[in-house]
Amino acid sequence: MNARSALRIFTGTKTLENQLDEFLDLLSESGILYRAGLTYYLDNGGSDNESFQHKLKQVDKMESRADQLRRSIEQSLYEQSLIPDLRADMLSLLEDLDFLINVFEENLYAYSVENPDFPKTLHPLMKQLTEQVALSVEALVTAARSFLRDVGAVRDHLHKVLLYEHEADQVALALKTQIFASDLSLDRKMHLRDFVDKVEGVSNEAEDVADWLAIYTIKRAA
Amino acid sequence: MEIGILIFLSSGLFLGWSLGANDAANIFGTAVGSRMVRFGTAALICSVFVVLGATISGSGAAHTLGELGSVDAIAGAFMAALAAALTVFVMTKLGLPVSTSQGIVGAIIGWNLFSGHATDLSALTKILGTWVGAPLLGAVFGALLYLLTKWVLSLTKLHLLRLDAYTRWGLILAGAFGAYALGANNIANVMGVFVPSSPFTSFSVGNVLTMSSVEQLFLLGAIAIAVGVFTYSRKVMMTVGDGIMALTPVAAWVVVVAQSLVLFLFASAGLKAFLEGAGLPSLPLVPVSSSQAVVGAVIGIGLLQGGRAIRWSLLGRISAGWVATPVIAAGICFISLFFLQNVFDQQVFQTAQYRLLPPLIERIADQGTDPARIQDLRNERFESERAMMQALAERTELTYQQRFEIAKLAKVESDGGAEDHLVGAGAEKTARQVRLAAAVSRAAKTHP
Repeated sequence: MNARSALRIFTGTKTLENQLDEFLDLLSESGILYRAGLTYYLDNGGSDNESFQHKLKQVDKMESRADQLRRSIEQSLYEQSLIPDLRADMLSLLEDLDFLINVFEENLYAYSVENPDFPKTLHPLMKQLTEQVALSVEALVTAARSFLRDVGAVRDHLHKVLLYEHEADQVALALKTQIFASDLSLDRKMHLRDFVDKVEGVSNEAEDVADWLAIYTIKRAA
Repeated sequence: MEIGILIFLSSGLFLGWSLGANDAANIFGTAVGSRMVRFGTAALICSVFVVLGATISGSGAAHTLGELGSVDAIAGAFMAALAAALTVFVMTKLGLPVSTSQGIVGAIIGWNLFSGHATDLSALTKILGTWVGAPLLGAVFGALLYLLTKWVLSLTKLHLLRLDAYTRWGLILAGAFGAYALGANNIANVMGVFVPSSPFTSFSVGNVLTMSSVEQLFLLGAIAIAVGVFTYSRKVMMTVGDGIMALTPVAAWVVVVAQSLVLFLFASAGLKAFLEGAGLPSLPLVPVSSSQAVVGAVIGIGLLQGGRAIRWSLLGRISAGWVATPVIAAGICFISLFFLQNVFDQQVFQTAQYRLLPPLIERIADQGTDPARIQDLRNERFESERAMMQALAERTELTYQQRFEIAKLAKVESDGGAEDHLVGAGAEKTARQVRLAAAVSRAAKTHP
């Protein structure tokens, strides 16, 4: 191994580090935009709401970029045989996190296409649910960053994911109870229930990823 | 050089090849097995540094092996090396990480038994002691280094990828150090038995490079080790990588450093002199087993983690292999020497005669034996050290080691006249020196 290839190892590592950071930034930002987009949607409607559509486009772009980054990172990990003991875990983690961005994007598109009409009385709870979901993803991103840099701190963030997920469950239950106790038609009730499930589903997914991350952390800390 | 001598050296080269295939695999086994370092990179670095270690610092441990038994005929050396190599090869095939150290020590004892030479129990104890000490030291180094590394990593909070890059470099550097230490320590196993009958002569290139016959012998052995590394170590490396316990790359690095330190401590004459100069305890320069050091280091880390991940059954098999290897090598050597001597008509040891000349009788008297009890041995000529030791055992209360030392000094050569001269393996201890030592001993008793 000559000096040039030695140098390439370290520059390559730096590039990969940056890519991983950017990937996690994208997930964190898409969570914030998702929350903002849904707030705009609830306040002003969806299909002809410029702010909502703008957020949707932003998340869409982020999802494409995240896919691109994930593929590039995965390719580098395999081509350079990096972190052989944790490579499989790392790939699973990347796939799972990428799936969360996809879900954000899909949800926003579903709102844009299906235009679910939430009665004003449900808006505070819907916003609260969105907030809990965004917070759970944010805590997961922080835990994932810790997994890369400070494995001892991962648990400090993982328990927050579980807490926010539990909160989201409670809010979703309250929302669904209110929906089905209302005078809305059954088809509308079911439509709204689907959207509550869609939003809540993100925090459930975050919880699953957190559980796996806890296992990867035990392996890394060994 | 005669072709016959090359044929005899071939068993040493075979042993070198076995060492390259097995022992050298221990050095980079965890690195290659965990896929942190490519086999080609590992093999190249390992070969270069084994050659450097063997030729630059290879003589320390060879001396101790010489104490155990000085194989004084090249045919005997051939068979000792062949017996050791065959044993190691079979054990390697069985998937047991044994070392050439264990094989060659067993083979030398087999040669001693066959040739009637006595085995130096103090040297043997020293070597056997290191076979217990090396894995223990490996375990202690492994555990301590692992704790230290984890602590440093928890402070530095390195990115996973950066840690991966540093670990790769760490493995390469530690592996190079380990290969150097292996060459320095274990070359004695490969070529040590040929030292007393080395066919080479010293040469120098200008005034720059001088190579003694021993260095040439060691260089040849080191090249054989390198060939073993390239041709057969890959499989062993992959097995060693996660055989006893699955290791993380950082733990793999710790194992390489720990075993390299153990090998270095038992090989470096410079370090020994430094420690002794500073009044600190030092370790004997003995060819230790890299397998034992690596297994010790892995166990050390495993125990630190609670011991659950350790495959104890495999460890039991490995330990049984460590005990069996010297015994099998001694048996093969003994039987093969018989055939080599009686069927192929080869001289497998130098015949010699041993006599209790007056200086030695004085020495025995100084050790508390009435000279009258050994009067009948004065004119007796013994055909082997062991025969003389047996005769002394029947007449005196001397310890094994005291009888061994007397027998070593009792080798005589006739000067063509009526007189015999002591030429025993105490080399520098000529008859005059023996008398002087006895006089000093008496003086010390008279004037405490």
